[in-house]
Amino acid sequence: MNSEFLLEINELCVNFDVYGGTLKVLDGVNFTVHRGEKVGLVGETGCGKTTTMKSILRILPMPPARITNGEIYFKGRDILEMPEEKLRQVRSEGVSMIFQDPTAALNPVFTVGQQLEAVVKYSVEGKSLSKKEIRERALIPLREVGLPDPERMLDTYPIQLSGGMRQRICIAMALVASRELLIADEPGTSLDVTIQDQVLRLLHHLVQEKDVSIIFITHTLGVVRETTDRVYVMYAGRMVEVAATKDLFANPLHPYTHGLMDAVPKLTGGGIADGIAGRIPDYLNPPTGCRFHPRCSHAMDICRKEKPAFYNKQGGVSDDHQVACFLYRDGEK
Amino acid sequence: MTVDNLKTEILTITKMKKYFTIGYRDIFKRRPITVKAVDGISFTVKEGETFGLVGESGSGKSTVAYTTVGMYRPTAGHISFRGQDLFEGKNGRSLSLKKEIQIVFQDPGSSLNPRRSVKQILELPLKIHRRDECRTEQIVRLLEMVELPPDYMYKYPQTLGGGEKQMIAIARALAADPSFVILDEPTSALDVSIQAKIINLLIRLQNEFHLSSLFITHDLSLMRNVASRVAIMYLGKICEVAQTAEFFRNPYHPYTRMLLSSIPVVSEDEEKLKPQKIISTGEIPSPVNVPSGCSFHLRCPRKMDICSQVDPVMIEAEKEHMVRCHLYEQGRQGNNGR
Repeated sequence: MNSEFLLEINELCVNFDVYGGTLKVLDGVNFTVHRGEKVGLVGETGCGKTTTMKSILRILPMPPARITNGEIYFKGRDILEMPEEKLRQVRSEGVSMIFQDPTAALNPVFTVGQQLEAVVKYSVEGKSLSKKEIRERALIPLREVGLPDPERMLDTYPIQLSGGMRQRICIAMALVASRELLIADEPGTSLDVTIQDQVLRLLHHLVQEKDVSIIFITHTLGVVRETTDRVYVMYAGRMVEVAATKDLFANPLHPYTHGLMDAVPKLTGGGIADGIAGRIPDYLNPPTGCRFHPRCSHAMDICRKEKPAFYNKQGGVSDDHQVACFLYRDGEK
Repeated sequence: MTVDNLKTEILTITKMKKYFTIGYRDIFKRRPITVKAVDGISFTVKEGETFGLVGESGSGKSTVAYTTVGMYRPTAGHISFRGQDLFEGKNGRSLSLKKEIQIVFQDPGSSLNPRRSVKQILELPLKIHRRDECRTEQIVRLLEMVELPPDYMYKYPQTLGGGEKQMIAIARALAADPSFVILDEPTSALDVSIQAKIINLLIRLQNEFHLSSLFITHDLSLMRNVASRVAIMYLGKICEVAQTAEFFRNPYHPYTRMLLSSIPVVSEDEEKLKPQKIISTGEIPSPVNVPSGCSFHLRCPRKMDICSQVDPVMIEAEKEHMVRCHLYEQGRQGNNGR
């Protein structure tokens, strides 16, 4: 373990026990976040992005989920070994998460105020606060996210608000206590482009101002390019490429990253490449070796047998461009 | 897909309105509360072209699709298909007209019946529209068209991936052998890699069967690659229509510019194409209380006094480039702020 990281995940493996077998979803995930860094996590639906993030907060439903291997360090403390009481402290002050669908994340039968106040009340310092103070605390983040008339907002129900406003409430909820790491799970996906733009700009601004680290999970490459410093590309439960955002977009290495980039429709026109053949593998019987090999046009014999390690590629903005693919074996460290 | 201006029009929508009554202001039901989902739009789709309709959610683009396919009857205005009014007479449209216009819905998960096998799903349009032919053979041919193996016939939707389900939905639309297909956000529920595959399939099928289509999406970069002409919709009205290349090179309407500058892009080349950063503000208002004057004036960065009072009319700013904004009405032209 290394103390310069705010968050460090080592060789995390998560299985899901289901009827008919075990789904080997995460297969050795390595992931780090520095202080004040904006990290992106990209991949197709079902590649394990959300599972990874949920394991950080230990909110995976267990069973069926089972963490079989790995460590998660937050500020040097192992989250997986932590007693429930300590964990609550991490959740209330350290890490918080914004979910993809704000409609599902908010409880429809409680007012926004009740939900925000609950977060304050169960935070570490919340026990000693009076009702009035709790309400005051709940108002602060509502003002920060730029919602009109925050006092009135506390007494509305989520159904009375639009999608963009609901997402702002979710962001406010994530900011109630002082945070060090914010996990944004596709914060704009269910919103329109103009609203997505507003929400992303708001997040960006808050992150700068409060000096918190943020993890952006998304499958929209454009969002990652505009909002992050460093990007992880994930495929079928493993990281396949890590690089500074500029390097990744200027010079993608992994065949999967290439495929993703080509598939994005461009404003310049000229048609779309055919995407990546096939689909995410069946986690009951994942492919041996590199999990991407059945869809890869460069697949070699070794890809079917062995898992690729991370190879370092130098020469970009940052020297830390790593790719898990045998094609880059020659440039070994 | 090149556009030939001499091509005949296949679908013409003239001043179409669709209002929905969602409740009443009084108990005697005399003062209805109406939502103006579509409020007087006109456009034409030419034979063989892909006409793109873009807008945020709540702008009424799906209502246009559903009205065209016949799920709703328009409150006012006309829709004609090859010169024939789609809503003449009290009775529904004839079977032969229904056959010509088919639709692919946004979410294949909910548009395919989970209790029917793929064979049954594809059989229904064949039963109705092509009674005499050998159905199993037809189904195999349909599956081939969308690049799926014949044994998919016996599968159920839940065993298929999102992309495959959408392929089945496309095959179902094509089963009736239509000449006009409405694609209502066919890929917005899918990943980019699958989206690319479906879009390319659609383009290929369209060329092969000389289909015309109305392509609805909120993704402008996708639109750039599929449509030959684009219309932007905002609160039930069209604000700008142009040829795709022209549209992206020289957007006129402030709303179009706001949309374009909000798109997250993946390369520097694209960045250059975007208009100067316009900070997007506000949200689409509720269509129950449409703002007076130009419906966009509450969010518009270049609002003038006239905007909150008078609704602008559609003018031809350039050849085949229509825009509905006070900025470009007489005398103001030329100053487009780029």
